[in-house]
Amino acid sequence: MLIPYNTLVVLLGCALLGVAAGTVGTFALLRGRALVADAIGHAALPGVALAALVVGAVGADPRSLPPLLAGAALAGLLGVLAVQALSRTGRIREDAAIAVVLSAFYAAGVALLSWLQTRPGAAQAGLSKFILGQAAAMRAEDAIIAAAVAGACLLVVLLAFQALRAASFDPDFARVQGLAVGRVDLLLLGLLVVVCVAGLQAVGLILVVALLVLPAATARLLTHRLPRMLAIAAAVGAVAGAGGAMASAWRPEVPTGAAVVLAAAAMFSLALLFSPGRGLLARGAIRLRRRLSADTDHFLRAAWEAQEAAGAGPGTAGDRWASIESVAATRGWTPGRARRLARWLALRGLVACAQGHVHLTPLGATAARRAVRAHRVVEHHLLAAGAADIASADRLADLVEHGLPAEMAARLLPEPSALPDSPHALGKGTP
Amino acid sequence: MTLQDLLMLDLPPLLAALLAGGTCGLLGSFLVLRRESLVGDALAHAVLPGIILGFAVTGVASGLPMLAGAMLAGLAAVGLIAVVQKAARLDPGAAIGAVFTTFFAVGLVLIEVTGARSVDLDLDCVLFGQLETLVWTEGRSLAALVDPAALAALPRQLGLMAGVAVAVGLTVAALWRPLKLICFDPGYAAALGLPSRGLEIGLAMMVAAAAVAAFQAVGSILVVAMLVCPAAALRLMTDDYRTQVLGGAALGAALGGVGYALAGPVPAALGIGVALNAAGVIGTLGGLAVAAAALARRRASVTPRPAEPALPGSAPGSA
Repeated sequence: MLIPYNTLVVLLGCALLGVAAGTVGTFALLRGRALVADAIGHAALPGVALAALVVGAVGADPRSLPPLLAGAALAGLLGVLAVQALSRTGRIREDAAIAVVLSAFYAAGVALLSWLQTRPGAAQAGLSKFILGQAAAMRAEDAIIAAAVAGACLLVVLLAFQALRAASFDPDFARVQGLAVGRVDLLLLGLLVVVCVAGLQAVGLILVVALLVLPAATARLLTHRLPRMLAIAAAVGAVAGAGGAMASAWRPEVPTGAAVVLAAAAMFSLALLFSPGRGLLARGAIRLRRRLSADTDHFLRAAWEAQEAAGAGPGTAGDRWASIESVAATRGWTPGRARRLARWLALRGLVACAQGHVHLTPLGATAARRAVRAHRVVEHHLLAAGAADIASADRLADLVEHGLPAEMAARLLPEPSALPDSPHALGKGTP
Repeated sequence: MTLQDLLMLDLPPLLAALLAGGTCGLLGSFLVLRRESLVGDALAHAVLPGIILGFAVTGVASGLPMLAGAMLAGLAAVGLIAVVQKAARLDPGAAIGAVFTTFFAVGLVLIEVTGARSVDLDLDCVLFGQLETLVWTEGRSLAALVDPAALAALPRQLGLMAGVAVAVGLTVAALWRPLKLICFDPGYAAALGLPSRGLEIGLAMMVAAAAVAAFQAVGSILVVAMLVCPAAALRLMTDDYRTQVLGGAALGAALGGVGYALAGPVPAALGIGVALNAAGVIGTLGGLAVAAAALARRRASVTPRPAEPALPGSAPGSA
């Protein structure tokens, strides 16, 4: 399949735009300024409308992009200044200031557009494509302008990398080191304005914020390291930008901005679900594993202590059968939950099950002994430190014992040594 | 301009602007006080797919299905924002930005896919509102104002707006003190045993309902102006909870009414041939109100020190 030259240029331009947005967006995200881009994007509308008015008045080519983008940039800058001025009142926090500025500027743009439409001339024609983006309507020279602007942004980011990194991670330290953090912030805001303006035609002013936030957020889910985060954000931005342009070429009636955002959102969702460290699935699995291992410890200890309560000495417990019901009663579990756990432990070869009773296997007895030791040692430590009375020491130990790091556990419970006695009575009814 | 024009063409949009402005202005104060202005922004955008789906499933362009769809979408958005914020450890702003843009994009695509576009839910309505298209075909004379049959021909959107306005007003009145507590001291509210989480979700649902009701009048994005601008202006003027909340509602309604009048009827009456988009004028006035409040506050707070020169860009919304 041969891609027409124009489409190819637009595709590459949008991809480069995505790279710039991902990179600048990463710093904006780390600096907590991501949503300023929302204000900038919306604020650009009156600028575009006024620029179209002026262009129409002087009789220049209304399809010429640079004057419109210049108007958008000026209005976006004015929007940023307005946000800062409102935040400085001390009454209106930045979030409210952003909401006020984006909606009021956008409203002014809407009013201006409606006025433009009643005037003769073609100045307003096609201005609405700036609102939701229409990559299919981009000409090669428009794409080249956007790409050039995006490339310039990238260059600036590379040149100012050290300063941006310092200001993003530890502004106070950077300030002490003699970095003019205020100026770096201004640079970042300037970059945001430029990227938003460059993205107007391809993504549209309402959704351009997504191209800055989503790639950076995706990268944040996948890595902790800044260079890697920048690379991932740039790649996600490029794929989203190019994907949006392709979708626009294929189905011109779908707003390009929506396609770009959905492409980025798809990648973000994948990262949110499957990221090895922070993804929902990984975190769910970790939580499940922790709960299961705590339940295993509790079950084995309850089975062990039930035998101790039935008269087996501290050294010999583990040779008798304990009823699952008594385990459930000791732990405050439902019988069903205790039975399911017993089946799971039998699968793992820790207990043998028969007629509602469990018997610890040698493997299970070792694990039970370890769990009992861990619990009692923590209990005794808490009591010796005067940190708790007997009943709450039991409960506190339940919370602490599973999270003990191996090294600390070894210090608290030097093996081999005699199993300590329980500080409280064992058997049914004790918590 | 005849009385008939006034009743048929101006009364419904004026009522819509008053109702939408009042409802949004009332709720906006809670958002601003709770530092959740951007949640209002997010909800205003995020209800779009719910509205479109509610419409697509039932094929009716108003009323409860759209309201239900929008509230579901709003609930999903709020929940997702919390999940994203926690899982990705993003700051709230970034999580909001990631979620609401996605919802809005889904809504935009749904408009195309479901064919909602061809009826009266097109993109222009989402982006610019369509206050001017609300007409009362039966409003031929003053007698129609008391004629049930004629009143039944009022635009359906007005019924939805009035219903939401009454429901929101009653809810706010009933939950006056709990809402005050979760605005000013959420920790204390939780210590008192108030269901803070439930109240927060209830607040979000009210905002979603208000956003849907106002959506058809002023469009998705200008709902944000109606929610936040009156509240922000009052925040600059008062420290009193009652003044803040009720004043916000009054200012919102006033902005709605004045904005609509300035956009069309007043210029027409003066013989100026300019008709502006009413929603745009309302939003612009909202921004000007905040700017005026900020300037007035600066002037009032000038101490005997030499006056500072005005900073450039200190007049937001002046574009």
